[in-house]
Amino acid sequence: MTARGSGLAMTESSTRSSLANRRHVLDLDDFTRGEIEEVLQNTEVMKEVLSRDIRKVPTLRGKTIYTLFYEASTRTRASFEQAGKVMSADVINVSAGGSSVEKGESLYDTALTLQAMNADMIIIRHAHPGAPYFLARNLDAPIVNAGDGAHAHPTQALLDMYTMQSHLGRIEGLKVAIVGDILYSRVVRSNLWGLTKMGADVTLCGPPTLMPPDFLKGFPEEHPFAGITIENSVDAAVGGADVVMALRLQVERQRAGHLPSLREYSRMYGVSARRMKLAKPNALVMHPGPMNEGVEIDADVAHGAASVIEEQVTNGVAVRMSLLYSLVDSNGGGT
Amino acid sequence: MASTGRTLIKGGRVIDPSLGLDRVADVAIEDSKVVGVDSGVDLEHAEVVDATGKIVCPGFIDLHTHLREPGFEYKETIATGTAAAARGGFTTVCAMPNTSPVMDSRSIVDFVLTKAAEEGVVRVLPIGAVTKGSKGKELAEMGELAEVGAIGFSDDGHPVSDDNIMRQALGYASSLGLPIINHAEVASLSSGGVMNEGWVATRLGLKGIPNSAEEIMVARDIELARLTGGRVHIAHASTAGTIELVRRAKEHGFSVTCEVTPHHLTLPDETVMGHLSANGPFDILTETAYDSNAKVAPPLRSGEDVEAMVEALKEGVIDFIATDHAPHGTVDKQTTFEDAANGISNLETALGSVMSLVHADSVPLPVLVDKLTASPAGFLGRSDLGTLRAGSTADVTIIDPDTEWVVEPSEFASKGKNTPLVGATLRGRVVATVFGGRVVYLE
Repeated sequence: MTARGSGLAMTESSTRSSLANRRHVLDLDDFTRGEIEEVLQNTEVMKEVLSRDIRKVPTLRGKTIYTLFYEASTRTRASFEQAGKVMSADVINVSAGGSSVEKGESLYDTALTLQAMNADMIIIRHAHPGAPYFLARNLDAPIVNAGDGAHAHPTQALLDMYTMQSHLGRIEGLKVAIVGDILYSRVVRSNLWGLTKMGADVTLCGPPTLMPPDFLKGFPEEHPFAGITIENSVDAAVGGADVVMALRLQVERQRAGHLPSLREYSRMYGVSARRMKLAKPNALVMHPGPMNEGVEIDADVAHGAASVIEEQVTNGVAVRMSLLYSLVDSNGGGT
Repeated sequence: MASTGRTLIKGGRVIDPSLGLDRVADVAIEDSKVVGVDSGVDLEHAEVVDATGKIVCPGFIDLHTHLREPGFEYKETIATGTAAAARGGFTTVCAMPNTSPVMDSRSIVDFVLTKAAEEGVVRVLPIGAVTKGSKGKELAEMGELAEVGAIGFSDDGHPVSDDNIMRQALGYASSLGLPIINHAEVASLSSGGVMNEGWVATRLGLKGIPNSAEEIMVARDIELARLTGGRVHIAHASTAGTIELVRRAKEHGFSVTCEVTPHHLTLPDETVMGHLSANGPFDILTETAYDSNAKVAPPLRSGEDVEAMVEALKEGVIDFIATDHAPHGTVDKQTTFEDAANGISNLETALGSVMSLVHADSVPLPVLVDKLTASPAGFLGRSDLGTLRAGSTADVTIIDPDTEWVVEPSEFASKGKNTPLVGATLRGRVVATVFGGRVVYLE
């Protein structure tokens, strides 16, 4: 595919990419800093496409992309679907409800079925960590992880980083505070890989019961996350931050004994207007959504001037376009 | 080797810890019995087997085998499981009772023993359930189970969670002189967990099982053994903390024993990351990650725990090696890690796995042989097993300690092809297995 033929104003350097050998997007642990930068750079081009009156480019014409969602999702799924459609791919959505999954078909058999239909790419969300790796191991098609249990959500991390960069001009050296349920968060895990590779200064904060036990023990020197800070106090974590990211708190956590009440959680760990005053004056407020307003984030903060939460959603489409473009290209791509 | 009559296994290094023997010698067999070691048997009529360069030892005994029959014949049968045992050098396997129905009554034991007599390749000794249906509520009829041959009791797979039931079980079994073999795991701590708690679990987003889930129940079991005077045996010990508890209990003279599996002696939790030869837990993941064949209960533990297991085996805190052979059908493993069944098909790789400890100079070969022969025989109270003493049953395993081979599950006699060692190179293998004077496996 050439930039000219695709209707995209790609620079020469971005078409001759290090992403060109990438087969799957499973997590960001195997992305180089150069690859992340390239995705972010291409996202800029995709943003331009999305701002056009006619939002359609022929880049992925004739390609069939399946989204296979075993978990409920609004934004991620719609975002992938829009990304594919803007680029003229045929996007077919399969969800667990209303498919053969309800009749007891195994993930393995469902995946083989999609392969038999000549899927050019499969985008999967699954409650079980590693489900995308299972598909990657058993199928020929490129696999994109749209969230697997508590493991990874690489496209969310990429759109988070794009949003930070577009507002603050850089990622390197930014102080990023991530507050909430770290233990169960796939968003955090992917962001940790991405942000540490990009040189951000990351602080994690949450109740010890919602922190991975090994994080609390302190990282060995050779640990890739050895540079991140674990902070008990939200005030300290947010203090001087460039970015404050609140994480969704699942109400099930209270029943599982992780915390006494949502009320106490909100008091102790909620991102409030008072706490945001401790951050840098131009600090961004982010949230991967969907939000529990009044629990992990106050409504006035979520919808306040510092919030870029809706913009994260818009950027999500552009980031996914950028990835789909690179993947279809690297997998023997368009004509 | 003749199937009956006289046989002389000549020129091998004979290691028999029950006799304190480790030297080049000849082993003479007549019909189903050992005539003796260097006994000067009449060579004229004996078939000679050249064992030069090989290790000759008593047949291995496995105290922890899942044969799956009745109920799960698609995973394994008594025929295939005992054939796998023979290939692995095991001449005695103790069948765990988590069949369907559970081996909690005489009729199921009779069924298993009849099947074993008809179709089995090696000796099968039954382990009865502790509680009816292994539900943990009411004791099984242990007295009758003992009469028909149960060598101990276990609800393996299901820990005996109720403290009082465990107390009663230990007390009741003490009159029979038989052990309660417990799968020690506190359910409220392990619930939802699918692998060892630690950095690997965190990065994989999988819920971990802390070491304390095992250790708390081991501590309880030791106290209850002390209270009742019963014998408690800790199945598949996996943590350094368990070893400390057992060590202290033994120092106090309590009736506590424990076993370790080949995988807990050799494989750390990063095996779940799916690349055996990779660069440790901080390496990037590949398509091979989330290897469901490395999912096992208790889970593969940290490298420190693995080291503690090896040390404890050498020191004798661990009484013997048991395989926890847990064969599964493809369908049970070909799914996400969370949905996959627990267990490793172990009989045919057990020796090759643990020989790595000998080759690394971690455990002397005679100690290893002891942990596969004399020690488990002692646990069973069977002086006729795990020995080459004159007059004992002629169960003999011949090992080539140095040959390298690649694990190829399609070659297994077991129906269970589930092993994380697929494609791994092991050094040392069984070349012949003799059971009751008959050759049941020959490479």
